[in-house]
Formats: sequence, C-alpha cells, structure tokens
Amino acid sequence: MTQMSADVIIVGGGFMGSAAAFFLRRRGRSVILVERGLVGQQASGVNFGNVRRQGRFLPQLPLANRSRKIWEKLNYLIGEDVEFLPTGHLRLCYSDEDFAVLERYAAEARHHDLDLELLGKNALRDRFPFVGPEAVAASFSPKDGHANPRLAAPAFARAAGRAGATILENTEITAIEKIGEDFEVTSGNSSVLKAPSVLVTAGAWGGQLSKQFGEEVPLVARGPQMAVTEPVPYALKPVVGVYSKVTEEVVYLRQVERGNIVYGGGTRGPAYPDLRRSYVLPQHSLNQFQQVQRLVPALKGLRTIRTWSGIEGYMPDDIPVMGESAKESGLFYAFGFCGHGFQLGPGVGDVMAELIDRGRTVTPIDPFTIGRFANRDDSDANASSETETRRIA
Amino acid sequence: MAEDRIIIIGAGPAGIRAAETVVAAGLRPILIDEERRDGGQIYRRQPDCFKRTSQDLYGSEAAKADAMHDCFEGLRSRIDYRPESLAWNISQGQVHVARDGQSQALAYDKLIIATGATDRVIPVKGWHRAGVFSLGGAQIALKSQACAIGARTVFMGTGPLLYLVAAQYAKAGATVTAVLDTSRYGQRLQALPKLLSRPGMLIKGLQLTRDLKRRGVEIHYGVTPLEIAGDDVDGVQSVSVRLETGEERQFDCDAVGLGYHLRPETQLADLARCAFHFDTVSRQWFPEIDAQCRSSVEGVYLAGDGSRTLGADGAEAAGRLAALAALKDMGIIVSEPEMGRLTKILKTMDAFRNGLATAFPWPHAVAANLSDDTIVCRCEAITAGEIRATCGEIGSGGIGADELNRAKAFSRVGMGRCQGRYCGPAASEILAQRLGVPVEQVGRLRGQAPVKPLSIATVGDAP
Ligand SMILES: Cc1cc2nc3c(=O)[nH]c(=O)nc-3n(C[C@H](O)[C@@H](O)[C@H](O)COP(=O)(O)OP(=O)(O)OC[C@H]3O[C@@H](n4cnc5c(N)ncnc54)[C@H](O)[C@@H]3O)c2cc1C
Ligand SMILES: Cc1cc2nc3c(=O)[nH]c(=O)nc-3n(C[C@H](O)[C@H](O)[C@H](O)COP(=O)(O)OP(=O)(O)OC[C@H]3O[C@@H](n4cnc5c(N)ncnc54)[C@H](O)[C@@H]3O)c2cc1C
Repeated sequence: MTQMSADVIIVGGGFMGSAAAFFLRRRGRSVILVERGLVGQQASGVNFGNVRRQGRFLPQLPLANRSRKIWEKLNYLIGEDVEFLPTGHLRLCYSDEDFAVLERYAAEARHHDLDLELLGKNALRDRFPFVGPEAVAASFSPKDGHANPRLAAPAFARAAGRAGATILENTEITAIEKIGEDFEVTSGNSSVLKAPSVLVTAGAWGGQLSKQFGEEVPLVARGPQMAVTEPVPYALKPVVGVYSKVTEEVVYLRQVERGNIVYGGGTRGPAYPDLRRSYVLPQHSLNQFQQVQRLVPALKGLRTIRTWSGIEGYMPDDIPVMGESAKESGLFYAFGFCGHGFQLGPGVGDVMAELIDRGRTVTPIDPFTIGRFANRDDSDANASSETETRRIA
Repeated sequence: MAEDRIIIIGAGPAGIRAAETVVAAGLRPILIDEERRDGGQIYRRQPDCFKRTSQDLYGSEAAKADAMHDCFEGLRSRIDYRPESLAWNISQGQVHVARDGQSQALAYDKLIIATGATDRVIPVKGWHRAGVFSLGGAQIALKSQACAIGARTVFMGTGPLLYLVAAQYAKAGATVTAVLDTSRYGQRLQALPKLLSRPGMLIKGLQLTRDLKRRGVEIHYGVTPLEIAGDDVDGVQSVSVRLETGEERQFDCDAVGLGYHLRPETQLADLARCAFHFDTVSRQWFPEIDAQCRSSVEGVYLAGDGSRTLGADGAEAAGRLAALAALKDMGIIVSEPEMGRLTKILKTMDAFRNGLATAFPWPHAVAANLSDDTIVCRCEAITAGEIRATCGEIGSGGIGADELNRAKAFSRVGMGRCQGRYCGPAASEILAQRLGVPVEQVGRLRGQAPVKPLSIATVGDAP
C-alpha cells in the first residue's frame, strides 16, 4: 500500500478541481489532484463553452466577475490557448413579457459591471441582422463570450502539474475519513492519501462523497444536449441564446473561428452517473433543429455532423454547493454547478484556493453553502419560478 | 396479436436475404436503405437511363447480381421498402429514419443491421489532392456513372479489391498505370492453406492478377507509399513509392484509387449500444456477434460486411441466418438444419477472411510511420504530427492523450464530416506507436449520431 500526503487533496479533476489545484499551487500549498477517469472528460470537457454572466443569479455575479477577470488573462496565466473569445453574449426573447424580465434583470445587475445593452426590435436587427423575425428584443452583454471546453480543464491541470501539483488520473476515490487531524482518502487502487484539507470537486458525483459526512444533497444528474454543424465561413460573432419560460425554446449557439456552429439546449436528456454515460435523445435533436432555425434562419441550410451530451449535477434551487462543510472542518465542497459552471471554473478554483489557504474569501459565496440543505423539506425540490428565470446556459 | 415489427437496415445482399427469410415466415419487414436502389455495394444498380448489361456491369458476378435483383423484385410488394432513407440514430427501441427532409421514429421488436463496409484507408502525403479516390469511390464512379476517375490511374493499397477495381478499370478501357500493393508476394503463399477454404474465390483472384498482367499493367508487391505529388490547380500528377528492392519509383498519373481492404460500418451498432471486440487478425474493432449473428443487445442482429468482412456470398448467408435467429427468438419455428448449414458456411468464410488478412495485411507500420506533415484527417486538416503532439511528454503525468477519444478532443482528429471513419484506423496506429502500446489499447472512436450529416431543415414526425 502506497502512502502520499499533501496540504490539500482534491477529489475530481474537472474544471473546478484543475483550477483549484493550479491556484493552490500559486499560494504555495502542496496538492494532489485525483481523477477517476481522465481530467476534463466529464461535464467540463463536453459542455457548450458559454462564458456567460448575464442571466445569472445576482448574488453569483461577484464570483462570475472574478472568473471573468481570470478568463481575460487565462492564456498568459496557464501558458496555453483555450480559445477564449470575448465576442459578447446576445440573449433574445420571443415575447414582450419575457423582455420585461430581461429589462428587470438589466436594472438589477447594473452595479455588477456587465454593461448590458437592451435592444428593441429595430436596434436588435440593425446590430445583429441574422436573428430571426420572431425575436422581439434582446439584452446584449458585450464582455461575455465563449471558449473551448475540450482544452480548458486539461490545460489548467497541466499548468498545475508544471507548478508542482501531483495529478493522478484513472484513480477513483472510494472513501474519505477524518482520522485525528488528517483526512485519509482511499483510492480504488488501494493507495491511501493523507491531508489536513480535502476539496470535493466531483461534479454530478459530489453528493455521493458529501453523503459520507452526513451531508446529503438533493442533486439530480441530467444530460444537456449539444451538437455541431459542418463548418461555414466565420460570420456569427456573439454567442446567441434564447430567454424563455418554455424549455423547448431555450437553445443557444456559437460559431467557432474555424467555422463550425456549436449549439445546444432545449429539454435535457437522461444521465446515468453510475455508468458515466448520458445519451442524446433524437426527438430532442429534432426540436433543436427547429429552434435553431427560429433563432437564426440562415442556419437552415446547414447540416449537423455530430451530437453529444454530458453529465451535469443540478440542485433544486439551480445554484451550486460551494464552501466549507457544515459538519467537518477542513472539508470543502465545490460541485453541482447546474449547467453553468464553465464560465465560473477559473473563479471557483481561485476562490476555493483562497478559502482553503486563508479560511475566508473576499468573494461572497454564502448562498451556496451545503448547510442550506440540512433538515430541508422535500417541497424545496420544486424549482421556484424565480429560479426558472435563471435557467439558461 | 399485434404483428412483430422487424426492421432491416441495408438493402445489400445481407439485408435482401434477411428480408426474403422474414417474408418466407409470413411477416412483412421494413427494409431501409439510404440509396435510391437496392443491391448494396457490390450489386449496385446503374441509374435508370443507363442500359449496360449485367455482364458488363458485374462481370463474373453477373448471375449472382441478377439473382439478387430478381429476389428483390419478387419481395417488393411483400415488404415495406424505404429507399433514400437514412437511418441516422437508434434510441430507446426506435430507429430514426430521415427521408426527404422528414424524420420518422420507427419502433422495432427485432432489428437487423446490415449496413455493409466501406474502404479502409491509410493516408499518404498528398492524398488530399483532387484526383485521389477510395477504391470504393472509383468503383462506384464506374458502376453507377460509367465514368473513370482519371485517364491514367494508379491503384495503391492492398487487398482483393485493389486488383478487382484495377481489373474493372482496365476492362472498361481506362489506362491503369500501375497497381502498387503494400503486401509482399510471399504473404500470399503463407495464407494459401486458409485461402484454400474457398478455392473458387482463390482462382478468381488469381485470374484478376493474370488479366491485369496480360493487359500490360505493372504490378509491384511490397511497396511503401511515399507521396502523391501534384498541385492545387491540376490535382494529382504522380505517385511515388519505395519498391521492395529499395528503389524509389515515381508513376505519372492523373488519378489514384486508394484502399486497404474494408472496414465495417458500425456506427448504428454502436448507437444501439452493441459491445465491440478487437479482432487481432485484421487489427480492427468488430461488434460482437454469436455464431448466429446475435449482437450483445437483445433484439439486435448484425449481418453482412457491417459486422465481419466476409464478402458478398458471406453477406447473403449472414442475412439469412440473422433473420432465422430473429424469427427463432420470436418463438417462430425455423429450420434448425438450415441454421446449422448457414452457421457452417459462415465459419468457412471466416477462415477465408483470416486468410485474406494474412495475404493482404493491414500495413500498420505505414500508418504509424507517416511523416509529421502528412494530413491524416482530411475533414479537419489534422496532421500526423498534431496527433502525436496530443500525447504530450509521455510518462510525465502530463495529461496527454493516452487513448483515441482524448486525442480527438485535443486535436479535432475525427471531428469532421466523416466522423473519423476514414482517418480513425490510421490515427489509432499513429497514437499507439507514439505511446508504445498495442493498438487495441488506444481504443476506438465512439459512434455519435447522426450517422451521416443531417440537414437542420429536417423535421420530425409529430410526437
Ligand atoms: C469498393 C468495394 C468493392 C467490393 N467488391 C466486392 C466484390 O467484388 N466481391 C465481394 O464479395 N465483395 C465485394 N465488396 C464487399 C461488398 O461490400 C460485399 O461483400 C457486399 O456488398 C456486402 O453486402 P452487405 O449486404 O453486407 O452490404 P452492402 O452491400 O454494402 O449493403 C449495405 C447497404 O446498407 C445501406 N446503408 C448503410 N448504412 C445505412 C444507413 N445508416 N441508413 C440506411 N442505409 C444504410 C447502404 O446504402 C447499402 O446499400 C466490395 C466492397 C466495396 C466497398
Ligand atoms: C452538455 C453540457 C453543456 C454545458 N454548457 C455549459 C455552458 O455553456 N456554460 C457553462 O458555464 N456551463 C455549462 N455546463 C456546465 C459545466 O460544464 C459544468 O458546470 C462544469 O464543467 C462542472 O465542472 P466540475 O469540475 O464541477 O465537474 P466535472 O467536469 O463533471 O468534473 C468532475 C470530475 O470528478 C470526477 N470524479 C467524480 N467522482 C470521483 C471520485 N469518487 N474519485 C475521483 N474522481 C471523481 C469525475 O470523473 C469528473 O471528471 C454544461 C454542462 C454540460 C454537461
């Protein structure tokens, strides 16, 4: 039996775990990052790639802003290009009633430096002539954008590795126990890792680990559906998404510089976390076809070459679990990012590193505490209409 | 009792024989094919306005082709035939089929997948130039359109099709500049005992070579492909290879037919979640089947070249057997001796398949050693060097690619229109060599819907 120890053990090598490893190393903490499969292979590697702040839960904007600042200098920071393009994010809607929601959001978010621009029907068409005739208005967030999820988490992990973190791939953590001052973390290949702090960044599987400490969370795994078209000349700059209360209408798309249009959204498919698989449902693909044309009619002539899905953990209130355990000191969580963790990745890594290193963070994360589910009443599981308004990629 | 719904995908020899067998049991199957006409790859029909005889079209296989077409005509009113229909996904017991911009979900109780095979290719420097075709593409041009891919064509690769297509070109009056085979002649002798399991086929093969020689076509064995030269305006101008003697030779030409035997079209089986295994003889992944064509998934049967490359006769036998197995599993009484006979035929054919793989081995080293600047993935223009780079610094724990899907995620290899069907086999050899591991260890590209590019204008049937 081998034994290793470090200041912090991170369980789960998605974007959150990889970024946290990197920022902990920057703070001089020794780190072991443990990933069951390959780094960035789950949600972090297959998501839509939206680096979007607008539309987020307002109390999450300070965190999203911190993350956005890191995105800006990410290539420099980690020494690899992850294709971040701050092209802007256009959120449009099909009814005046929905536009009222966007207007209210813009007013409420005005102290958070998003610089949102509200566009009425004519202004929308002048600025973005490609949008479909059904769009009545939009909110444009000029400094949001998109990046390449296939590259981001592995690039962060490589940077962490270069900075001295130990990274163990193909290693599953089966148990975490506190023995005296230290945690003992047992892996499937029967090695034991020891550290005074443990950070659980296990995505849709995070709840299985928090449960070992009596902190059960009502996490539900689902598989958002994505697809990509054949390449066409690069013309569509901003990320474009729909705001609607009708789930089928909520699709979004972006064009990568080499020409393909990536799109996703609508009803989520099933996910099987135990099998580590999620499946695309063909009927959802067909709905996306229809909605994508409604959003940008010129795409009608394109062909889809590939579809996929990934496993994401959703909480009933549509916000993640972040912070220290309410039961065990030295144990930290950052999981269940409800379909919007890609933009947050660098910020979450930075904030969790700060929290573990300093015992506090300057960025407010109180709403995300795991303690909010202690003694919870099961009726919480029904998302309120207020959380509905946040649910977009 | 509601009639059991049997769906057959593919109207080639395997699919047609399966349909015939189902009809004989008094049932009416749905037969889906993306082509306009029945016949599949080998017995492909010419467009209606063409009037070549089947002797012209199918040569020594004319009688079989006629029998197959007659069989199909006889079935036509007794099956639900859906041509020009692409099966683009399989999910939750339904096949999703697109035709004329409409997609329909067809539920099945038994599904027989008989999707055939396509060329297995190895890239070579310059293969992205205009004038380079797969052997299949070259043959389709001839069979379906009665035109050759060039005025002076070189055929390069290995396998029986290399000689077949070259001979068909020579016979049609096209100039065949050379046949360049990566297999050595001695390998054929080594394979002789296995090849003798189908003496008729062996003789046909030898005749092809003789035919070509009689027509004065240069044939070289044991070559190493070096480069297809040309430019962006005129396309291909020449092919150079290293001969077995070590001498480098250049052959002037304006077209190249390229192919290294066949690979099964397995995406539908993959989407149906069938298990796969690695076939060490041919160095490729096949869906698992039992001796009677049952896949690992209940209710899903795999027949023909889409599961094992046994050729047209094997496809007919497998189509019949798969259908009998499906009928039997539905509780219908079928002829056990017939099932036994077909099972035995397939066994013989599999011995022959092994013989072919020995005589015309997949030259994996040619793929593994491609120069860094060779484009491997034509859809995405990804070079061999870029694939190697995904491995990072091996052994450094540096989050490099240690399997094919990660190499795809990092480099985009296999992410284009063909989804890695053409570049996947070579990419896995490159990766395995770079990592110093057996090729099966780098895995295979997972199949993702749609099986072929699907227009966004496609509309679904009402839920
Ligand atoms: C270039 C070439 C030359 C060949 N020459 C010979 C030869 O001379 N002798 C020999 O014995 N074998 C030859 N073969 C092998 C040959 O393909 C067969 O042995 C035979 O055609 C196999 O029959 P099959 O029914 O399994 O598949 P096929 O005949 O290939 O039929 C498969 C059918 O499935 C359809 N299909 C596939 N995918 C889908 C989908 N997703 N949706 C709807 N329809 C679909 C195709 O359109 C096709 O019609 C050749 C193959 C190739 C590629
Ligand atoms: C299809 C899809 C589209 C999305 N689109 C967007 C978008 O456009 N914008 C956006 O902001 N967000 C998006 N998201 C959400 C975003 O991808 C996720 O919130 C984010 O990637 C979560 O990162 P993570 O590191 O928490 O989880 P993951 O990437 O899932 O990583 C968790 C890791 O933990 C590992 N693990 C689990 N259990 C163990 C164990 N016991 N031992 C060791 N390792 C373990 C897993 O193998 C996994 O690699 C999308 C998600 C999906 C699935």
